[in-house]
Amino acid sequence: MDGAEARDDAERERRFQARIDAGEKIEPKDWMPEAYRRQLVRMMSQHAHSEVVGMLPEGNWITRAPSLRRKQTLLAKVQDEAGHGLYLYSAVETLGVSREELIDELLAGRAKYSSIFNYPTLSWADMGAIGWLVDGAAILNQTMLSKCSYGPYARAMLRICKEERFHEKQGFEIMAVLAAGTPAQRAMAQGALERWWWPTLMMFGPPDAASTHNEQLLRWRVKQKSNDELRQWFVDLTVPQAQQIGLAIPDPELRYDAASEHWRTGAIDWDEFWRVVRGGGTCNRDRLAARQRAHEEGRWVREAAEAYAKKRRA
Amino acid sequence: MSADAADSQWPLWEVFVQAKTGAAHEHAGSVHAADGELALQAARDVYARRGPVVSLWVVESERIIATTPADSPSFLEPGPEKIYRHPRFYTGPKAVKSGPKAMKKP
Repeated sequence: MDGAEARDDAERERRFQARIDAGEKIEPKDWMPEAYRRQLVRMMSQHAHSEVVGMLPEGNWITRAPSLRRKQTLLAKVQDEAGHGLYLYSAVETLGVSREELIDELLAGRAKYSSIFNYPTLSWADMGAIGWLVDGAAILNQTMLSKCSYGPYARAMLRICKEERFHEKQGFEIMAVLAAGTPAQRAMAQGALERWWWPTLMMFGPPDAASTHNEQLLRWRVKQKSNDELRQWFVDLTVPQAQQIGLAIPDPELRYDAASEHWRTGAIDWDEFWRVVRGGGTCNRDRLAARQRAHEEGRWVREAAEAYAKKRRA
Repeated sequence: MSADAADSQWPLWEVFVQAKTGAAHEHAGSVHAADGELALQAARDVYARRGPVVSLWVVESERIIATTPADSPSFLEPGPEKIYRHPRFYTGPKAVKSGPKAMKKP
């Protein structure tokens, strides 16, 4: 790059930041720094993959839902996750990456997705805990992202937030019903909370001090809150909900700090987080194998649709 | 997992959704589909799982002809210097009311 080109880029970047500072949205054909595009592709594709892989832990319980009401809810929720994956792939495509490439990355095991889905779903109460905690946490993140500076991402988030409210509510309902049930049901709910609490707190990502992307993403208004701020928001909302249904948060150090009006948790085990991110979770291998199998088993449908379209074009 | 032809992701279609009669169709997102009929079905599954939706349009993305950010400013020349296209450019006797808001409700 010669001097003049570098100056042009610096000038374009200055104008880009000025637009962002003025609260304008960036649309697909607008000029954007390559690093901004790359960060968005990274975040949005991980988000899309998370929706798709997120179908698996819950799909596991559809045939064993305890009532028709619970089964239709779970089916609708899992179908929503598929839809949300598609909204997001569609949004990533506006950045010049094809859905095919993204899906190939996922199937080849090169793509990241939220580590929370590498934990197993051991009891029915896990369906409650996932809706209440995992979707509850995702909604906070997505509410923030619905104000993202990149238009297509923000619009996809708005749509998802509207739909996911029921995911969180049905999860809390499951937990509340179990918590008020027989001693065995109560124990099942408490067990699920104990297994999902810490992994949910890790969903917001590494602490601000250790996060490599936070500062730049905030400056670009891709995010408006840091990982720790979002995590605190979640804890403050969720602790009173647990108290309300009589379940105990598995954290002996949890305390209310009256001065700051925040709930303070004990230390998060970041070694576990990194272990699961790097593939050491209980289900990393199963999840990938299930996606590959689903893709292969759907091949005949794709081939039939293609053959039919070809015949009609002829 | 190779991207063979039979396993392609098909053309991209843009989806427009009308939430109620009388409203404009609004862009909702996109789907991949082998043809228009399947694009409509995919659009229904993806963008109309919940109401209210009364009508769906799909159009192949590559058929859309759009302005580019580079030529937009001159092409879409806004009207700050054409203020005579706005009602506030005109003055009349203050006492006389005009326009739809001046109409008394029957």
